[in-house]
Order: sequence, then structure tokens, then C-alpha cells
Amino acid sequence: MADMFFTKDHEYIVVEDGVGRVGITRFAQGQLGDVVFVELPDVGAQRRQGEETGVVESVKAASEVFSPVSGEVVEVNADLSDHPALVNEDPQGDGWFFKIKLANPAELSSLLDKAAYDALVASLA
Amino acid sequence: MSDMEQAPARTPLYARHIALGGRMVDFAGYALPVNYSKGVLAEHLFTREKAGLFDVSHMGQALLSGPDAARRLESLVPGDIQALAPGRIRYTQFTNDEGGILDDLMVTRLASNAAGERLFLVVNAACKQADFAHLRAKLPDLRLDALEDHALLALQGPAAAAVLERHVPGVSALGFMAHDYFIWRGAQLGVSRSGYTGEDGFEISLPADAARSLADLLLLEDDVEPIGLGARDSLRLEAGLCLYGHDIDRTTSPIEAGLVWSMSRRRREQGGFPGAARIQKELAEGVARQRVGLAPDGKAPAREGAEITNADGAVIGRVTSGGFAPSLGRPIAMGYVPPEFAREGTAVNLIVRGKALPARVVALPFVPNRYHRPVKG
Repeated sequence: MADMFFTKDHEYIVVEDGVGRVGITRFAQGQLGDVVFVELPDVGAQRRQGEETGVVESVKAASEVFSPVSGEVVEVNADLSDHPALVNEDPQGDGWFFKIKLANPAELSSLLDKAAYDALVASLA
Repeated sequence: MSDMEQAPARTPLYARHIALGGRMVDFAGYALPVNYSKGVLAEHLFTREKAGLFDVSHMGQALLSGPDAARRLESLVPGDIQALAPGRIRYTQFTNDEGGILDDLMVTRLASNAAGERLFLVVNAACKQADFAHLRAKLPDLRLDALEDHALLALQGPAAAAVLERHVPGVSALGFMAHDYFIWRGAQLGVSRSGYTGEDGFEISLPADAARSLADLLLLEDDVEPIGLGARDSLRLEAGLCLYGHDIDRTTSPIEAGLVWSMSRRRREQGGFPGAARIQKELAEGVARQRVGLAPDGKAPAREGAEITNADGAVIGRVTSGGFAPSLGRPIAMGYVPPEFAREGTAVNLIVRGKALPARVVALPFVPNRYHRPVKG
């Protein structure tokens, strides 16, 4: 059973067996507009919670992607290099950015659950 | 945000932008759409394929009139205004005493009347108050009427002429950089065959009510979609056109900016405009830096402010505009480098997030322009 959490910066993380799949939310991609380039971390990179772990560029601007948790990057989404538009088309599915092995699963309790994130988005609309 | 900050002004088309799903931002004091629901990429490509409708009512429009208005305006700009025939348009710049650019503008010579010569000016929104104050201070003998109640629409793209001709018969006979007046539903339209996209197209100055009606009619056409500021910027960048405050400003001269084509030989030789000493010196001896096109080898865009370095890692310039080119499917940029690095094909690096990304100097424009220039038989 996978658990999904969100950050106030509009990243999501889907956690399964101690590994989190991270991307930006449907709301975030809508705000950014057409994604034309994604810069991903190196596999093996260590990140602390809240640390910059990638960059997403739309036609309008570049935005940093922050890791929702601490850990080691174990995989990146190679499809985004040739198809950055996947972030727009399927942000919470095929448009994921990287997978990270959680160093401290307790950090998840500092993130938003779906209800809390939906409320945040509603307050921004 | 401070309480003192004023709410952005609304153009006559504000309610249309909202109804069309425009993502509104404050741009030079005006609430304008960055994009509509289809997004910047789709809007950009549609303009290159069919015709895009832009609300550019934020720009400053004014009539400058009086005895010898053309000669008098030449005391503020390096463009050849005296040689401009009635109904013709020219691009020029207001220069400062140091030869930098205060603003860039379009000047149209209208038919003279009893009061003297008449010129129609279109200037940048962010500069318009300063430009008008400058004109009133320097040319107190002329009359300046700001057209505050007029909207400005741009219809740009290969389908623009056929579409506009259906509504305003006669416009398709205008050549590139020509202007004429047309009566449409009782309103006077000042129509220019010009634009900021590199495509054929028109800019239409008209009263607010007429602007709303004409925009509504044009948007009913299959070949017309509304286009926001985002695509306006990517289209002009692909066309190699300068954006004031970015690619040109008070420190850049028209020569450094590669705008020498906008000066006639007479004006280059005679001077007689602010900063002529610097500009003539640069014409004779060369410039210290010049605007170039830049094509990154990779996929990462380099944006405004990115440093340009040579093979040794020394900083030789800075990117002034940069982003993704939808028509090319890759990033492009413009910036300033010393002349020894300005040759086409020169390898440079663009510093993006601390990394040196290889790029090459390329010719401008990035996308060939398709202005309406009838072949003379």
C-alpha cells in the first residue's frame, strides 16, 4: 500500500517499501505552464529534507524542486530528457522526477496529507 | 506588497481576458494575460501557423504635431524622420546624451494638415510617461496628444491579412511598415502593417468600444486565437527583436545593439541627436560589445542575467534575453559580447546554476521573418 504526501512547495512523494517517488503536483504544473526542460539529480546523490534536488523549466521561468525527505537518490526519470511535457500530461504518474531512499521515515509526518494539500490549493485558487 | 501600491490598470479588453481564461499578471502597471487556457507553447505555434490576436493597449500612443515636427523629432532620435513619406512607418530610439537608449519606438508620418506635420508614435508601456515628459520638455513648440482612450490590437501571423481583409476591406493592400486609416462601423482605425513577432501582421489603433467589438469578431474566426504576453516574448525573441529594459537600455547604444539599420546614412553622418558623439565614434572605430544570438548546445535554457564566458572561463558578457524557442524546439538566447567573440560559430559558455553550458554564437533572427514585402515587378 503506497502512501502519498505533499509539500507546501507543491512536490508530492509516493512512498512504497521505504522508497519515495517524487514529482510536482497537478496544481504546480498548471501554474508553471508548458514544461520544456527538467534538470535531475545524479543517482547516488544524498539530499536533506527541503534541499534543492532538481529544476523544472517552463517557457516562462525556472523553478527549483525540493526533496520532500532526506535520503539517497536511487533512480531518475530518464524519459523527461526527451519528453519534458510528461510533467504537464501526467505529473503524478509518468511525469515523476526521481526516487529517493528514505533516510528518516519519521520526516513524512511533517508533510501534508491529501486533504491538507487540497485545502492549501483551494486557498490559493 | 505595500498598501500604497496601486492596482494595475485595465485595458478595454480586460473582461475578455478574464472570460477567455487569461492568467493575469501586472505588466508595466497593466493587468494583462501571460497566457490563456491553451498555454504559451500552443499560442506561440498558432501565431506562426495562423493568426494570433494580442492586446497591446498598454503601449503608449501619441500624436506629435506642429510646424516641422519631423525635423524637430530628429533632435531626439537617430532615425530618419524627414525622409519618411506620409503613410510610412519607421523604427527608431530615443537616445540620451551618452548615446544610450531611453526607449525604442515606432514613428508613422501622417498626412500634414493646417497645423503642420503630424507623427503617430507608439512607445513602450513602462517608458511612456517618461517619453511623453521628455517630448514635452524638449519640443515645447510642438503639440503632443496622448491617445489615452485608444486601444491597440495586434493581429499577427500568416493568416492575418486574409482574416482582417474580410472585416476591414483594403487593409491587405498595405505593404510592410505602411499605415492608413480605415472606417469600421463608424469608428476610425489606424492600421499599421507591422508587429513584434517576425510574422506578417497588423497593429490597429482604435477607440475602446470598437476594440471590444473588433476583437470579438476576430476571435470568432477559426484562424484567430487570443495570445498572451508569454508567447509575445518567445515570438519576438525567435525573431531576434529587442525588448526594452532587457536587450537595450540606457547603457546600450543603438550600434552595440545592432540597430544601425534603423539610421540612415544622412543621420549617421550629420548626427544632431542626443549621444551622437558616442554613436559616430562607435561607427568609425567599432564597439566594445555587441548584441549576438546564442544557441546552447544542450536542452537547458539560459535566461536573462546568465554570464557568458570564453573557453578560459573568463566572463565576456551576459545574456539579456533567453528561453525556449517553441518553433525550434530548443533553447535560444541573446546577449552582449566583445566583437572578437561575435563571429558566427564562436564557441562560448553560458553559466546556468553554476554550470558552464556550451553554446555557439549564431546569426539573428533565429526564425526567418516573414514580413509582407511584395516583390516589385
